[in-house]
Amino acid sequence: MLDSQHTGSAGTAGTIHGAGQEAHTHPTNTGVDNRKFAMWTLIASECFLFGTLIGNYLIHKNRGISGPKPHEVYQIDITTLSTFDLLMSSVAMVFALYYCNARRLRLFQFWTGVVALGGLIFLGFQYIEFSHFVLKEDLGLTRNIFASSFYLLTGCHGAHVTVGVIWMLSILITSLIKGDKWFNSTMVEVAGLYWHFVDVVWIIIFTVVYLFVYV
Amino acid sequence: MSASAHSQSYSKTGLWSWITTVDHKRIGILYACSALAFMVIAGIDALLMRSQLALPDNGLISAETYNGLVTMHGTSMIFLFIMPLSAGFFNFFTPLMIGAPDVAFPRLNALSFWIFLFGGLLLNFSYLIGQMPAVGWFAYANLTLRQYSPTVSVDFWVWGIQILGLASLIAAINFFTTILNMRAPGMTLLKMPIFIWATLVTQVLLILALPVITVACVMLSFDRAFGTGFFDPGAGGYVLMWEHLFWVFGHPEVYILILPGMGIVSEILATFSRKPLFGYSVMVYSTCAIGFLGFAVWAHHMFTVGMGPWANALFSAATMLIAIPTGVKIFNWMSTLWGGKIRFTTAALYAISFIAMFTFGGLSGIMHSSPPIDTQHHDTYFVVAHFHYVLYGGAVMALFGGIYYWFPKVTGRLMNETLGKIQFWLYMVGFNLTFFPMHFLGVQGMPRRIYTYAPDRGWNLWNLICTMGAYLTAIGAFLFAVNVFWSLFKGKIAGNDPWDARTLEWSLPSPPLEHNFDVIPTVTHLDEWWHRKYNEDGTRKVLAPAPHFDPQTIHLPNPSYWPIVLAFGILLIGTGFFLPSFGHVISIGTSVTGALVVLGSAFGWSYEKA
Ligand code: HEM
Ligand SMILES: [Cu+2]
Repeated sequence: MLDSQHTGSAGTAGTIHGAGQEAHTHPTNTGVDNRKFAMWTLIASECFLFGTLIGNYLIHKNRGISGPKPHEVYQIDITTLSTFDLLMSSVAMVFALYYCNARRLRLFQFWTGVVALGGLIFLGFQYIEFSHFVLKEDLGLTRNIFASSFYLLTGCHGAHVTVGVIWMLSILITSLIKGDKWFNSTMVEVAGLYWHFVDVVWIIIFTVVYLFVYV
Repeated sequence: MSASAHSQSYSKTGLWSWITTVDHKRIGILYACSALAFMVIAGIDALLMRSQLALPDNGLISAETYNGLVTMHGTSMIFLFIMPLSAGFFNFFTPLMIGAPDVAFPRLNALSFWIFLFGGLLLNFSYLIGQMPAVGWFAYANLTLRQYSPTVSVDFWVWGIQILGLASLIAAINFFTTILNMRAPGMTLLKMPIFIWATLVTQVLLILALPVITVACVMLSFDRAFGTGFFDPGAGGYVLMWEHLFWVFGHPEVYILILPGMGIVSEILATFSRKPLFGYSVMVYSTCAIGFLGFAVWAHHMFTVGMGPWANALFSAATMLIAIPTGVKIFNWMSTLWGGKIRFTTAALYAISFIAMFTFGGLSGIMHSSPPIDTQHHDTYFVVAHFHYVLYGGAVMALFGGIYYWFPKVTGRLMNETLGKIQFWLYMVGFNLTFFPMHFLGVQGMPRRIYTYAPDRGWNLWNLICTMGAYLTAIGAFLFAVNVFWSLFKGKIAGNDPWDARTLEWSLPSPPLEHNFDVIPTVTHLDEWWHRKYNEDGTRKVLAPAPHFDPQTIHLPNPSYWPIVLAFGILLIGTGFFLPSFGHVISIGTSVTGALVVLGSAFGWSYEKA
């Protein structure tokens, strides 16, 4: 239901925010807006990026010559919490888009803020995890090859979350400045695609990196 | 407010107009000119190497310098010449051939160019401070680690590749979107010109292959900058990991290099034999098949590392499979020529020679797809001969053909055919003199990447001939430069359609107006422009009158300086990694400044009126 709502309005988005922004939404061959299409393309590329990083982690995780091993350091309770937090931020993203399409300014701004906050909390968890590893477990970036490939993978994901948070915050700020004139559904939808993707990647990382140590 | 009023505040000529341009045609010209400039540098590398190898026990160039020249030559020819020259063609012609007013994201397009240029300049900066990377164009671990390459030389390679990769990725997303989303009404996928198909598949390969090399380069720069041990066996790292990652990218990369050339040749052959391309749809399918299989054969570069018989056999079989769609293409090109009214223009000569030279390189490719044979060839001059036949005889000849073919569309003037033909023959003779004997040298056991050899090996004669051939091609390149400048000022005025060609770009004035099409065409046929000119029985049609054109409907994107600023920020981020020897504050400070520039210009960009 949500879905039909926003495809319905995507076509008209160009006229609504006619003042400024890339206002001319041409009809496209696929019927998908260019920006959305480009985001899907980027996501395809990112799949290979994270695929390589995850493969790299799997190859290296047990090759550490000294220092802790994966199952000795992971704190599954904290990571479960942060995973839950990121999942909920994806739900908030759905609401943000819904209220953007419904032209309900305050609710749109509220949920956009929640998404950004969820991302920030996730980054906080990551900070706690990393500093626990470094300070308590003596597992710095160069401690062993397991640590290096772990930080490379989760760090790259964290960088993606950071970009997402900055993006959501700038959408929020733009909306606060421009108010009712700015319901750029397409832009919000593109940001949402990105956010959901980063989330899905985390689900895979959570499974492959954190849960598989119990298998 | 009207767009034309807005853009008048920017001038249309002068340096600033080029720096802020978002016009895909100008960006295409910028790409092509930079690529040709980088080619001169990479060509000088090659001449120096061949001069050193002309005689045994020659002392012209030291071993270290030679290693640097090999690396810079290969890296530049691939990343700074063939790829950006192809990008020049994508830029200029994709919108014109699909009947679009512009690419999907004009400013992103400018961004790709500036990132590319800065990445190329960064890589070339290594010459100036005498720190050429000396690790081969594939930079095998663990020669690249700090222990073995202690200076910044390898950092130039890593960051050059990283930045150039980003440029290509952005461009690839842009063109993928443009082709699938912005075609003129009626131009279904199977009515797209074959060059557009080649472009499309190339973008897919870029989109999927680049992230792999990106990760590999991040790992390498972590090893070098922070002391991780990804490629250090002493730390539990896995040296072969680099080879796998590199070639997972590297083999698709060779198709990234050749597919655009194949597309160009297909257009040229159809035009100059006055026949439709033979087996168009089969060409499309084999292009896709090559793109798909290209991801499944990377380990044929690693037959000698000891992967075991099963892996070798599988990758060998997959490699042989690729020869099928490739062979199909070769037969289609020949059938296109068959029975055609062939006009032997310079462009056509290049395209025809492409078929022969590429087939030659493909045949030696099939030879080393067999692991036992490859074990004999590997790391000898036989492989050097193979990839020069596909890259130079293939990709480069096709690209030069493309220049002769499309120069009149870009500049409004024809190139000089006499000079062109002399250049062509110098290239053909010189190229074959240089690279054919390398097959002999290879099977006689001359290894790759040696800076000199003893006189009693029996390699003297062929090496001397190779060097003479190399100088012939250099004269050819010089004539090409003369021809370009002569033709720019003195060339015959081309008119819209000097070759009586088939695709939509030839329906436009030469050079095309800034907004491309007055009225977006409606497409009913493959080779639409041909069908507008000719009836099915080959008799001339009266051209339909131009539809009514209302200048008010034109919207030109505004020029912008944010792309070049953002690209500069990216250069700064990379530069920070060169500066640890100046202290951590300076090095981290530079990278962080770069990141802030990127962030700031991203905001400037998104609030600017497009
Ligand atoms: C029928 C098609 C082809 C086959 C079967 C094939 C096969 C091979 C094989 C097995 C190797 C590894 C040789 C070795 O190092 O021992 C190789 C190397 C190479 N091929 Fe091809 N190839 C084909 C087409 C191409 C094309 C179209 C290009 C580029 C446009 C290309 C570029 C290269 C390059 C650059 C190398 C050498 C890489 C290096 O070691 O520096 N090949 N080819
Ligand atoms: Cu290959």
